[in-house]
Amino acid sequence: MHSPERVFEDRTPGVEEHEPTASYLSYSVGLGLAILATIASFIVAQTNLLWAPGIPVGLIVLGLAQIGVHLVFFLHLGSGPDSTNNILALAFGVLIVFLVIAGSVWIIANLNSNMVLMPQ
Amino acid sequence: MTMTTTLDRTLTAVPTELAHGRGGGGPAPKRIVVAYGFWIFILSDMIMFSALFAAYAVLSGNNAGGPTAPELFNLRNIFISTMCLLLSSYTCGIGVLSAERRQPTHFLVFAIFTFVLGAAFLFIEATEFAGMVAKGAGPSRSAFLSSFFTLVGTHGVHVACGLVALVYLVAQARVHGLRPAVLRRLLCWSLFWHALDIVWVGVFTLVYLMGGH
Repeated sequence: MHSPERVFEDRTPGVEEHEPTASYLSYSVGLGLAILATIASFIVAQTNLLWAPGIPVGLIVLGLAQIGVHLVFFLHLGSGPDSTNNILALAFGVLIVFLVIAGSVWIIANLNSNMVLMPQ
Repeated sequence: MTMTTTLDRTLTAVPTELAHGRGGGGPAPKRIVVAYGFWIFILSDMIMFSALFAAYAVLSGNNAGGPTAPELFNLRNIFISTMCLLLSSYTCGIGVLSAERRQPTHFLVFAIFTFVLGAAFLFIEATEFAGMVAKGAGPSRSAFLSSFFTLVGTHGVHVACGLVALVYLVAQARVHGLRPAVLRRLLCWSLFWHALDIVWVGVFTLVYLMGGH
């Protein structure tokens, strides 16, 4: 006795169903946005368009925006059911990356400011 | 196929296409499972890069009286290599899309574009490294330069490995045709290549733009 799913599963072995998530248009939109973000980063870094102390913040914001563009338009991380597991894994990866980078910078900056210079 | 779907819908409460890989609708297609496994590998690679980024962020000021970042970096070259890598990411995506649509000639053309752009990126980086070493600013000069060469060099090694893998995959596609197993490998390779571009966004922002002016 077959289960109903097996009886009606009539897909040919080796042929995989998949819905096309990508298209030429989505890649081209992604490329356009990424180029804009890159050019904006180089302009911000080399001109006085932004208030000088705000330049690092502006660069970080543009970098994060570009990473978001890459994730959505090139890696096709969307809100669909096929992306759920990938998004969860990415969230965990982002947490670890943040802890490693921010934690190192914070701890070493603290150590540096507490460092007493040895007498020469 | 339409009949399958309607019958499945009447038999189970959860629509099949929504529940693949999450219990109700049976296992996810192999393509999704394989890409998920490779995604885990990419995230572990990202965590390794995060350690190198952290080392650079901590050590970038310690130049031991040696050359500093603004004296060494040529932002015009960096802009050109950034554009090469970005365009190669684009041609890689289009190439894999053509492969999935069973267009071998399109795939070959875009794979060649991807390879040439990736190789141009590596060439610019190698020239930059050689110029820095010739100026006495090699990795042994200061902690800043050690962490710089480790971070940017590790990314460069990844790009070089990606180029070798691309040649291997194009050969597979020529010999075996664009069958499902080859398409899955190509999909994984494209994930790797896009991920390298994401790492490069971090590199040019943190290393070259925030340190180079």
